[in-house]
Amino acid sequence: MTSDLDIFVGNTTLIDEEVYQLWLDGYTVSEAVSRRLRGGLLERSGTSVSVLQSDTRDHFRTFQMLERLLHSPPRLCQQLLFQIPPPRQAALIQGYYAFEPALARELLGKKLSKGTKKELDEVSARTGLSLRACRRQFDNFKRVFKAVEELKGPLAELIQQHFLLPPPLARDYAAIVFFANSRFETGKRRLQFLSFGDLAACAQHMMGHWTQGAMTPEAAEPDGDVPRSFLQDLKELKVLVSDKDLLDQHKSLVCSALRGKISVYNEMETNFKVLDPCRSDHWSLGDLRLFLGSYTTAPRALGGFRHQLLWERYMAGISACLLRMYHE
Amino acid sequence: MPGKLKVKIVAGRHLPVMDRASDLTDAFVEVKFGNTTFKTDVYPKSLNPQWNSEWFKFEVDDEELQDEPLQITVLDHDTYSANDAIGKVYIDIDPLLYSEAATVISGWFPIYDTIHGIRGEINVVVKVDLFNDLNRFRQSSCGVKFFCTTSIPKCYRAVIIHGFVEELVVNEDPEYQWIDRIRTPRASNEARQRLISLMSGELQRKIGLKVLEMRGNAVVGYLQCFDLEGESGLVVRAIGTVCTLDKLSNTSAFLPACNSPSKEMKESPLVHPPSHGCRSTHNSPIHTATGSRLTQNFSVSVPTLIYTGMGSGSAGKEGGPFKTLLRQQTQSALEQREFPFFTLTTFPPGFLVHVGGVVSARSVKLLDRIHNPDEPETRDAWWAEIRQEIKSHAKALGCHAVVGYSESTSICEEVCILSASGTAAVLNPRFLQDGTVEGCLEQRIEEASPPGCGFCHIPYDELNMPFPAHLTYCYNCRKQKVPDVLFTTIDLPVEAIVIGKGCLIQARLCRLKKKAQAEANATSISNLLPFMEYEVHTQLMNKLKLRGMNALFGLRIQITVGENMLMGLASATGVYLAALPTPGGIQIAGKTPNDGTYEQHISHMQKKINDTIAKNKELYEINPPELPEEIIGSPIPEPRQRSRLLRSQSESSDEVTELDLSHGKKDAFVLEIDDTDAMEDVHSLLTDAPPPSGFYSCNTEIMPGISNWTPEIQMFTAVRVSRLGNINLTNQTLNKNFNDLCENLLKSLYFKLRSMVPCCLCHVNFTVALPEDELVQIAVTAVAITFDKNQTLQANKAPTEKSQQRASTDNEEQLQFPLELCPDPLASQPSLPAKEVLEGATSQTGIPAAQRATSIDYSSFADRCNSWIELIKLKAQTIRRGSIKTTASLDKTSPLAEGYLRHRSVPSCTNSTVSVVKMTPLSFLPGAKITKYLGIINMFFIRETTSLREEGGVSGFLHAFIAEVFAMVRAHVAALGGNAVVSYIMKQCVFMENPNKNQAQCLINVSGDAVIFVRESELEMLPVQPSTVVSQPTSSGGDVTT
Repeated sequence: MTSDLDIFVGNTTLIDEEVYQLWLDGYTVSEAVSRRLRGGLLERSGTSVSVLQSDTRDHFRTFQMLERLLHSPPRLCQQLLFQIPPPRQAALIQGYYAFEPALARELLGKKLSKGTKKELDEVSARTGLSLRACRRQFDNFKRVFKAVEELKGPLAELIQQHFLLPPPLARDYAAIVFFANSRFETGKRRLQFLSFGDLAACAQHMMGHWTQGAMTPEAAEPDGDVPRSFLQDLKELKVLVSDKDLLDQHKSLVCSALRGKISVYNEMETNFKVLDPCRSDHWSLGDLRLFLGSYTTAPRALGGFRHQLLWERYMAGISACLLRMYHE
Repeated sequence: MPGKLKVKIVAGRHLPVMDRASDLTDAFVEVKFGNTTFKTDVYPKSLNPQWNSEWFKFEVDDEELQDEPLQITVLDHDTYSANDAIGKVYIDIDPLLYSEAATVISGWFPIYDTIHGIRGEINVVVKVDLFNDLNRFRQSSCGVKFFCTTSIPKCYRAVIIHGFVEELVVNEDPEYQWIDRIRTPRASNEARQRLISLMSGELQRKIGLKVLEMRGNAVVGYLQCFDLEGESGLVVRAIGTVCTLDKLSNTSAFLPACNSPSKEMKESPLVHPPSHGCRSTHNSPIHTATGSRLTQNFSVSVPTLIYTGMGSGSAGKEGGPFKTLLRQQTQSALEQREFPFFTLTTFPPGFLVHVGGVVSARSVKLLDRIHNPDEPETRDAWWAEIRQEIKSHAKALGCHAVVGYSESTSICEEVCILSASGTAAVLNPRFLQDGTVEGCLEQRIEEASPPGCGFCHIPYDELNMPFPAHLTYCYNCRKQKVPDVLFTTIDLPVEAIVIGKGCLIQARLCRLKKKAQAEANATSISNLLPFMEYEVHTQLMNKLKLRGMNALFGLRIQITVGENMLMGLASATGVYLAALPTPGGIQIAGKTPNDGTYEQHISHMQKKINDTIAKNKELYEINPPELPEEIIGSPIPEPRQRSRLLRSQSESSDEVTELDLSHGKKDAFVLEIDDTDAMEDVHSLLTDAPPPSGFYSCNTEIMPGISNWTPEIQMFTAVRVSRLGNINLTNQTLNKNFNDLCENLLKSLYFKLRSMVPCCLCHVNFTVALPEDELVQIAVTAVAITFDKNQTLQANKAPTEKSQQRASTDNEEQLQFPLELCPDPLASQPSLPAKEVLEGATSQTGIPAAQRATSIDYSSFADRCNSWIELIKLKAQTIRRGSIKTTASLDKTSPLAEGYLRHRSVPSCTNSTVSVVKMTPLSFLPGAKITKYLGIINMFFIRETTSLREEGGVSGFLHAFIAEVFAMVRAHVAALGGNAVVSYIMKQCVFMENPNKNQAQCLINVSGDAVIFVRESELEMLPVQPSTVVSQPTSSGGDVTT
């Protein structure tokens, strides 16, 4: 006797967190059943494999129905089809939008396009995540990106509003959107040692110091971009390197013990280069902080340098990033 | 023109994309009632349209108001082609038609399409203004209250319980009309949904007329069912119990704010113009003949088993002078009634005097469409015949009434089995219409029947019993005789003394039958039925004994007919009643005593059975106090064969080897193993696994032995469809498969709900259907309720004490019945004995008291009426309820109190979070007080798909549909201002699939009572607010302006 149809519908939607995680991890029903079996559930509850199969199928079906709503979390809270207590709804959303940092690191700075999606099987192989889980997480990135692409205001708050995510998770998504927008090449070998957490923190510092939202809350441009005007202004800072006098003065003003080589300013990522010599000379984190501090303030004493405010805004971002990146 | 229906379409949200090009929708709404249709403007290019329409007003008869549903259709405007329908909402406006229910329907409703399911939501506001009806030839019955609950609803008291009411309406099924061949599935489904909605409205109205005619004001235990007879038509039938209900005046206990004097002011003066208002002269034929083109051309009736035995026909002799007296009085009260039946399963204390046992009747009929429309209604005649049979069975048990009464059908092609069952009982006449003989009788009843055991005492004459039974003196009072086992269809009376806990007991049975046509088919079914009944009964008895218990409550036997088999499923809750004797064990007797290994096998089995009984006694905590043998000695020496249950096939033989009975009781149950069949049976007996630890289950309202419920509940519906292998089907393999199916289903429920432990599955309701040749469908609806384990342990130390306590507190809760006479002089009997006059005098003293109260209240009310606006509001209320005053004047509630409730519990539309609506098949919510009944929910949905695979196969399809049905029920309840549905039941779930065509269709019918409940913990904290303040935000302002 085989069961063709086998369903269970509760007035309050029944959600098993363990099964939800298995579903999120991209297991099939039979894989999930064998995982649950390995967890010793059978012994604990004294039930049979067929009951476990039926239960797992049922939960997976519920999750599939919920998935459509999870794509727009405010709808999950307004919909009438599934009666789910609000704390449970929050847990569902958080679970669905949670991602593996390793996967996010791989995708950081890449275009969230179909092409990238096709490369996910390689990512899956490298990260050990199932392809299905990779796809869900990729789609989440893309969905969040699309939703806030055209919006104005502070990114993390926008994401929190539109996807009802807890603030730390929303900040991580903001970082992903920021990198996707500005296409930093985070895949370079030199930057391989940086984790997602490092880069996310950097993104937050950069957004915090450089974007429009950081200066005026009612910014006209989206927060994910570094404003063009700011980048334009940065050119003014070139004088610090292009003008030999200024450069020398600056150099001498910065404590002579600090032999930091001053790099070019017009491309931001090249600034990361500053880290290599420091590391090779075994600077301590404290030393670096000292250096950056005096490096930032030194131009105040420079005659003929008119961009001190801009310079300090730039350096605040850079310094925070450098300090975060400076580890083994 | 007695009524004005007003509808406002506010907004929509989450609409589907109807225009692929723009990814948007140009939505507008059609509002239809009867033949009038209004339209909103088109709200262009939005998935969240804000129509904010004017009030659409329909001026209609109240008859129409009762019959018609409000139909709201959401469409997508298309300039070049026909407008596309997005979906519909049907709103039953009945709850707005009686005074105490909802005053407004307002909220978000899922937009439903029979092909696509739920497609977004729409916000609607509906109001009704009723005007005083001066037409004396009224066809409407506005104001009669309906309750699905099978007990007296919590915030009411029963003044009179009048009795049985039934009605049926017949029509052609649109699915089988010629036009169905050319219209779309959507159009056909919608025609069907609309027709059924109309028919149930009509049916309810007609039942209401009968209620008015019987001078009642409410129907309790209302059960409405559909028979989809296919080609021959569509039958909607309903039964219920007519009552005169009175809203409890001391609602102060429930809700502090209701304590305002204005409340009683509204109530008291209206008590006096009593039910004169019911001028329903019913000039039109109540038994409608419209569309009743059905008939029978063949019929086979099966003589029913009275379940407690094989008794038939003859009424028992009257036993003892008291019984005679009681009987005569009750008789006089009940004799005027055609059918002294009650659909209630729980009764006010003292209502149930004695319980005789289960009575049931079944009849096999052939459905056929007849072409002569003048043919009298055969369906009515069929049911009348069955009810007559039930009545005579009850009589045979020495009873005049049947309680816990229900009716059902099972249809396969053209064969239909009609079933009715109930519990024969003797009732206390004090509660019946002309119950004017209280005084001495009441005392005598109390004297004769102690509360904890009286209902167990036999109502029939012990010297002339309708069936063989083993009688002893009651183990509780030692005065009256009791049977050794008691089967009933009702809930366990609150006053019953129970030892230990109860448990769900099921008997499952399959019988193959040959495929046959018409008469041959009907005959073979009728031949099988008595055997099935008998075997189901045997199984129940064995399983009961195996659990060491002696009584069954809530017994429901369902026999389902399929093309090549019959299935029987009986569910009941077993308990150990302290008043009945300890059940003996089960003894196995072999037929071939000389075979050594066989003997060994038998003794092994015997040991297993004994172990199981001992284990069960421990599990269910059945530790009856030991009694000295001489007290309980049976007064009637009976031949031993009597107490032995013999298998149907084997003849009663004297050569049974008398083994020493392990349980030492002389009335042990003997199972003869005379063939392999019996062996199987014994095996299957032992395969029923007990629920895992921490779980209990029952099919009654409450679980005996557990009283400390915690508020967490989870109502659920589970459905399984299984394919039986078509090779070598025998009765044995079928039985085993069916048994496994049920056991596995229960197991998976326990597993799913394991996080709720300790908990009890209450009101477990199984329904079996045989949709196709080899398919068996089982649907279960139940509620899991958690309880506090620690307190249970304490309670178990003194189970008897506890149950008595429970009984007494319940008595206090449930208000004592009034001593009032029936207010209508016509109803009282012409010749009153002296005592009755005395009675009358005492009851009349109650009236001035009420008047006194009135005057006081009035003055204090006038003090508060310092603003004329309030006066107008009140006036508006009175006008609105004008027509009700004539019919249901006893049940007035203060508009202020109502306003208070509304203010408290209606979630505002602007609030984005969806309000929680609880659903339960029980009549109560643990840890909460029901403060208001908002009206009956009775919904019928059809869902069809032509892309079954894409929707996740049959499971995906049905899972989504049931979730949608729940959502629509919740939305309606929330729109009425409620926060729960009680007495929820899924009456029908007809599922058909055609996987080859990638199609499936399902019909679901659900009902229940929408209520407002308040948590007990909240009640305590609720501050007593002055009602003047509370009255301000009432919605009655709307009544003034319009």
